[in-house]
Amino acid sequence: MSDATKPPVATAEPSDGLTTWPHLVRVEFLVALAAMLVLTVWSIVLDAPLEEAANPNRTPDPSKAPWYFLGLQELLVYFDPWIAGVVVPLLIIVGLMAIPYLDRNPAGNGYFTLRQRPFAIATFLFGFLGLWIIPIVIGVFCRGPGWNWYWPWESWDVAKTVDLRNVNLTDLLGIRDATAATWLGGLLLAGWFGLGGVFWLWQRKSLALLQLGAARYAIVAFLWLSMAGIVVKMALRLALNVKYVWVSPWFSV
Amino acid sequence: MKTPPEGLGRQLWRSIFRHRFEDLPRNRMLQITSSVFLHLHPATVRRHGLRLRFTWGMGGLSFLTFLVTVVTGVVLMFYYRPTAQWAYIDMKNLQHEIPFGMIQRNMHRWAAHAMVILVWLHMLRVFLSGSYKAPREFNWVIGVALLVLTMLLSFTGYLLPWDQLARWAITVGTNMAAATPFLGHQGPGASLTGVTERTDLRALLLGGPQVGDPAILRFYVLHCVALPLMAVLLMAVHFWRIRKDGGISGPPPPKGE
Repeated sequence: MSDATKPPVATAEPSDGLTTWPHLVRVEFLVALAAMLVLTVWSIVLDAPLEEAANPNRTPDPSKAPWYFLGLQELLVYFDPWIAGVVVPLLIIVGLMAIPYLDRNPAGNGYFTLRQRPFAIATFLFGFLGLWIIPIVIGVFCRGPGWNWYWPWESWDVAKTVDLRNVNLTDLLGIRDATAATWLGGLLLAGWFGLGGVFWLWQRKSLALLQLGAARYAIVAFLWLSMAGIVVKMALRLALNVKYVWVSPWFSV
Repeated sequence: MKTPPEGLGRQLWRSIFRHRFEDLPRNRMLQITSSVFLHLHPATVRRHGLRLRFTWGMGGLSFLTFLVTVVTGVVLMFYYRPTAQWAYIDMKNLQHEIPFGMIQRNMHRWAAHAMVILVWLHMLRVFLSGSYKAPREFNWVIGVALLVLTMLLSFTGYLLPWDQLARWAITVGTNMAAATPFLGHQGPGASLTGVTERTDLRALLLGGPQVGDPAILRFYVLHCVALPLMAVLLMAVHFWRIRKDGGISGPPPPKGE
């Protein structure tokens, strides 16, 4: 339809979209109204928790962090505090911030698509759901005294002692000498991150890796292997009671 | 011929709004561009940007819950003293003595929890729709900073009721700072830097080796002043950049339009 045949109405919309007033402002107002209604009813029905006064001499068991940090607290089962509480959060923040500079795939900009960016979406959803949301659900509902596993319907009065004789991976491999264990553990960890290099040598001619370039690829590989490494360590603990992969005199992983 | 003098009502209207209210395209634009609040929006939006199916409404709702916590938070500040001696007593008074104190507190807490979830879902939506891609890369970075600020705001507020839940959750959380490599007294490399439980990163956060009076004051100031200021500043940049980066993201317009 040409412009000449359009009736000259006062409320004609610009060709590239709709005027924010009233179209967007109306939607925002209605959504805000509905949200305030929900929040008000929620606040009338459910009171915010207030336990007994703070008592420095009585440590509750378990002591849980605020729920949104329970994913990190759950990691304390598998890693030392400096990894679970410092290194992992920093990597999450830096890794999230780096995403736009690492994802060079031009497809899927401004619309939902799985087919055009399967790797990006699978990686993000795995991290978001698998390594953040599910551990929070476990931390909130399934952790009781001693940070032992209690189903939500189980009573915390039942004492649970879990016999966990955790051993280091190098012990499992029969290495008794401490220096040799340090070297072997370090090599295993270096080899894990070296997988990124192997994959580069194998696939460097592929379109995706050419698009990335060496610097971006190195960062992606490091972040991705770190994420997968958390899962590997969890699996090693749950299957073989592995305490540390790498024991050194200064720190252990 | 003289024009009749302008009526008081019209003068007042014009002095505030600067434009007429008649539903004309020009006034629709001015309604946005001449309002300090609304001008964070572009004057026009692409059609799909209105669809909740696309935006999920999560960014706007995050902002709304932030506003709710600001308003209720200011009210709560009237009744709350950030000391170990008074904090818990003030909470009890707020709940049982102050008219509407309980619902103020409830709304503050539930809006804060909701905000954390909404911000996560906002990030999920922006990722799934690829909206962080060029030219919006840096606005995603600001968004991650706002995500961190949201959780820090929630975390610092968690201590203030000064009940068992608050004290021990903050103890668990801030113990992580004591494990920081080189900067925490329990972290690897602590012997190299010589930090003790009185001089390490956790002591800086808490104002001492454990959660006590100085920690309440620090968290209170961070919670009520420092972090909200940072969040407001970054939000202004975040919203302004949406407009400057070409409005809400969307698929490229079909050819021939």
